Amino acid sequence: MIEINDIVKSFDGSTVLNHISASLEDGKVNMIIGQSGSGKTVLLKSIIGLHIPDEGDILYDGRSLTAMKEKDLRLLRREMGMLFQGSALFDSLSVIENVKFPMQVFSDKDEEEMEQRARYCLQRVNIPEHVFHLMPGEISGGQQKRVAIARAIVLEPKYLFCDEPNSGLDPRTSLVIDQLIKELTEELGTCTVVNSHDMNSIMEIGDNILFLKNGVKEWQGSRQDIFHSDNEALDDFVFASNLYKEVKRTHLLHQQ
Amino acid sequence: MNILARIGAYFLLMGKVFRLPDRQRTFWRQYSNELEKQGLQSLPIVVIISLFIGAILTIQAKINTENPLLPTYTTGLLTRETLLLEFSSTILCLILAGKVGSNIASEIGTMRITEQIDALEIMGVNSANYLILPKILAFVTMMPFLVIISIAIGLVGGWGVGAFTDVITVADYLTGIQYAFNPYFIWYGIIKALVFAFIITSMSSFYGYYAYGGALEVGKASTNAVVRSSIVILFADLLLTKLLL
Ligand SMILES: Nc1ncnc2c1ncn2[C@@H]1O[C@H](COP(=O)(O)OP(=O)(O)OP(=O)(O)O)[C@@H](O)[C@H]1O
Ligand SMILES: [Mg+2]
Repeated sequence: MIEINDIVKSFDGSTVLNHISASLEDGKVNMIIGQSGSGKTVLLKSIIGLHIPDEGDILYDGRSLTAMKEKDLRLLRREMGMLFQGSALFDSLSVIENVKFPMQVFSDKDEEEMEQRARYCLQRVNIPEHVFHLMPGEISGGQQKRVAIARAIVLEPKYLFCDEPNSGLDPRTSLVIDQLIKELTEELGTCTVVNSHDMNSIMEIGDNILFLKNGVKEWQGSRQDIFHSDNEALDDFVFASNLYKEVKRTHLLHQQ
Repeated sequence: MNILARIGAYFLLMGKVFRLPDRQRTFWRQYSNELEKQGLQSLPIVVIISLFIGAILTIQAKINTENPLLPTYTTGLLTRETLLLEFSSTILCLILAGKVGSNIASEIGTMRITEQIDALEIMGVNSANYLILPKILAFVTMMPFLVIISIAIGLVGGWGVGAFTDVITVADYLTGIQYAFNPYFIWYGIIKALVFAFIITSMSSFYGYYAYGGALEVGKASTNAVVRSSIVILFADLLLTKLLL
């Protein structure tokens, strides 16, 4: 479990995160949703310690991130996997080398074991053999995302972070990736945190949803709760299109 | 960031860079890649520029020493001293700041904006040490060789003027470049160039590492890297000349 305690973060005097608290649960997909620019990425990067918050603290199963020494932080990072918004595969390494990289840093596996594990993870995310030795620049965006997921899960993380896993993907591929994240979360019991502004993903996999607006936590609840919330900003964001307004109306009708 | 904050951030970054690498094998592999990229790939431009400047210096020196009172070896002497003292260290480094500096700043800047640096950090890698140290050490290693090559090729350029034109005779030129030779000037050139190599690689790494935004910002970072490291090189040149000569 990750607890976020009253986080504040600003850049050059403008406050991006304003006193945010929440707890993120194990074995569930915790979602941070909000408009572009609302501070989702900054929140995620503050949670994993890439940004140092100005105030507040993050607790990883009781271990405080801000009080941690460099060595302990390194150990904690061994338990984290992250999928970045733009995949962030290393340009100079091939697909399979990218997946091996975290093992080379952290584990004492020999070359043979690393190769096996990397292959297993790539197959797990449906990457075909012939792609293994291509460079990241030579494969499609959807494949890059999946390779990045393979890299994120290669050390069986306890905490999995995904920054907009399906931005820039077609609906079909998005769905596959969402399912993959859900499956991995349940299978490994990870505490998964997903940033998204994609309606489909929110409704599909969001177990515990935080809604950010201008750096403030406006609302928190499950995907079922979304239908019944009377938070106007949330309603405005989630049910923005006429289609979704319609969906909400019929859903509520059915329940009565 | 104001200038003081920036200087502070630069030294903090250097503190992160100069640590023992976690994995020696990877370090040496990257180091030898960088030797090739920063050093060997700079060779063609060093050769071409030195050849031309050597020839041009000789012609200009001849025009400026057209005086019956001056001995005929003056032209060669002037060419040699200019190459040793200023061209093959400072001017060469200003040119390489354009090539190597922009290359480093854009490479690291791209890794920053595509979150590859964040990815390294979350995998527990000291990204500054991992990315920047091999570049600095490799370029500093190559620099003395580039300086010596530049001096040699520059002198060949001057000889070409003697051999292929009637501006000066080869004999006068050869006497000139050997006359009253002070080997310390070579060391002076090399020491300066080592400092400049460090300035170029560390400053352009710094501008790349702290790029924020998109491709446009990476472009700006690499322009800043080149312009500002050139200015710092000139200041360092002044200082070192005062100290060493
Ligand atoms: N390193 C930084 N320096 C300065 N400002 C920053 C930095 N990182 C983020 N910001 C600012 O913080 C705000 C929130 O950015 P953030 O990237 O978290 O948005 P987001 O919710 O992830 O948006 P998107 O959905 O487009 O990814 C933006 O206004 C951005 O300009
Ligand atoms: Mg974002």
